[in-house]
Amino acid sequence: MIGREGNRRVVLAQDAAAISAGLRLGMPVSKAQAILPGLVVEELDVAGDAKALRELALWFLRIYAPIVAPDTPDGLVLDTTGADHLHGNEQLMLTGMINRLHAIGFTARAAIADSWGAAHALARFGRQAAIVIPQGNISDAIAPLPLMALRLESRIISDLKVLGFRHIRELMATARAPLTLRFGPQVGRRLDQAYNLLSEPIEPIRTPDIVEASRFFGEPIGAAETIARYTEKLVRQLCHRLEQRGLGARRVDLLFHRVDSGLQAIRAGTSKPVRDIKQLTRLLTDRIDTVDPGFGIEKMVLTVTHAEPLVVGQTRSTLLDDARADIGETVDVIINRGHKVYRYAAVASDVPERSVQLVTAQSPDDDLGWPDHWPRPARLLFRPEPIQTVALLPDHPPRSFTWRGVRRLVKRADGPERVFGEWWKRDREQSAVRDYFTVEDEAGERFWIFRSGDGEHADTGSRDWFMHGIFG
Amino acid sequence: MHKRAEHLVVEELRERLERITQGPARSHEILPFGIPEMDDHLPGGGLRLGSLHEVSGGGNGAVDGAASALFSAGIAARVKGKILWCVTRPDLFMPALTQAGLSQNRLIIVECRDEKGVLDCFEEGLRCNGFGAVIGEVSKLPMTISRRLQLAAETSGVVGLAIRRWRHPSGAVEFGQPTAAVTRWRISVRPSTPLPVQGVGRARWFLELLRCRGGECAEFEVEACDAKGRLALPADMVDRSISSGAWQTSATA
Repeated sequence: MIGREGNRRVVLAQDAAAISAGLRLGMPVSKAQAILPGLVVEELDVAGDAKALRELALWFLRIYAPIVAPDTPDGLVLDTTGADHLHGNEQLMLTGMINRLHAIGFTARAAIADSWGAAHALARFGRQAAIVIPQGNISDAIAPLPLMALRLESRIISDLKVLGFRHIRELMATARAPLTLRFGPQVGRRLDQAYNLLSEPIEPIRTPDIVEASRFFGEPIGAAETIARYTEKLVRQLCHRLEQRGLGARRVDLLFHRVDSGLQAIRAGTSKPVRDIKQLTRLLTDRIDTVDPGFGIEKMVLTVTHAEPLVVGQTRSTLLDDARADIGETVDVIINRGHKVYRYAAVASDVPERSVQLVTAQSPDDDLGWPDHWPRPARLLFRPEPIQTVALLPDHPPRSFTWRGVRRLVKRADGPERVFGEWWKRDREQSAVRDYFTVEDEAGERFWIFRSGDGEHADTGSRDWFMHGIFG
Repeated sequence: MHKRAEHLVVEELRERLERITQGPARSHEILPFGIPEMDDHLPGGGLRLGSLHEVSGGGNGAVDGAASALFSAGIAARVKGKILWCVTRPDLFMPALTQAGLSQNRLIIVECRDEKGVLDCFEEGLRCNGFGAVIGEVSKLPMTISRRLQLAAETSGVVGLAIRRWRHPSGAVEFGQPTAAVTRWRISVRPSTPLPVQGVGRARWFLELLRCRGGECAEFEVEACDAKGRLALPADMVDRSISSGAWQTSATA
């Protein structure tokens, strides 16, 4: 890809093959063609790229965070404060983003840091493709990065290189006054923004058809009760607008513009489209304590970033007074507090740890179920633990076993229940066998133990014994 | 006969007291165990819904919490509505709970990062009367928090079951601390019901009712939950008096 920089035609983007051939960004096109005679050169479509980036930003707004903006020419910047809980944690969210982008054909790198500048630098020049910098650790992370990471004009960077600066660390250790005199205020500002000494607000993008309600305050507000009261008013307005369009909210963002031009946000997600004033208010006010009002809030904006059609059905009226609340509301509150909520469902597998899968709380009922002719332990150990046993081979339960340093005599036992390896999953399980026994010691404690292998053929398993579960 | 009459008088007094202290009497639904020996010991003739109950295991059960989980699952299986189960260690094995009568479609698990989160979700669940029962696995249950849980359960009518479970058996001394729970149970495993052939029979538990508001402490030996979540009295115990002392040894070590 080429474009014009002043009067020269230079390389502005390249693929991996071009990099390995020795092409560099900013290189004149004639030079590149001299290095690589058969080079395919195309004009860079700046406007088209910007439009695509904006579309990508809107997609991210719906999925990931309330504050998203394109970081031209090749990046997106997100303020994920208060939004990572919907994806597990920050690391999971980041890897999830990269995987999703990979699925639609982009190679992406991502970083989370305290400031826009630092995240920008780490995403482009850091070693890892996805990195989360814990709060307050910016300086260690970005000090060894090259000057290119600072978002300065290329002219300034080349001049700094002439002066012998290579890394951010060296620039940070230099006195500011001569730098400002020589290069203008830009160097100092970019450094401060990267080190989070100077705030850099993100101007979030908005779609024209977005449903939102906002409110300005003549006098900045700060108390939690006041915020809660105005949240309720905003939700009321929003629900009215949603009703006019026949929509229900799946994801709502409450943005707080502070007097010091900082932005704070609460994002709440629901598992079904919702238009209920009480429920939305509760979801949002539940997390007000995560908002730092600073010197006061002058504007609150409530937007629906993801809406779905909501058709209201007629409720069935009965004479019996059986008013049971909808549990979906409580489940949503719990999910928005960052806890993991799920249900168990059966998987057709005889291997115990594979016979259970996690599904979302709202997923349809599971009709499969587990076979109930063999008793199963109430608690399954996360990983089978090796035990020492005294046992007759091949098909007798152990006489005694030692688990976690306690020796137990087996009084009663049941088994073996043979479980075969699932050869269609892994080659190594082709002939693997586990023999499960239920054993009871003299105190009455019941355990689920297994022997790896059938006790006769060495290729079926190692004949070691393992503890796998505890019966009630 | 004499005992019945006495019982009635006490019941009437209790109702009158409730009316004086709490204004209009709340409807307290009762979930009987279906074992007359147990139900007679509990005020109202069963486990009171709309209140908090504590369950813990004896001996190693205080760490693994297997028997207490099944006991709670058996109670949850017999109430209506979905069940919320808050844990920090996700080691429940669902096939076992379905064998105690609790369907996998009724059970919603909340996995929290810490105990504070568990207590938080426990209370949130108890406030919502859409649930049939809310179960929380905690090690510490301070008095003030248990009172909050009890109040939440009273207003919504949902039964709360706190499974006390510790990382180490020595933690179980905390089970002596007072809480606002209505009943406190300790469940120890016992050798299973003997079979005429080799094998492990139906599990047996030794239930200790350590505390019961408005009732006396008691001990029972029962057979573990069946496929409908019901306990049963062992066949060889039915005709014997509960306090005969023949089998009264201490809980498993």
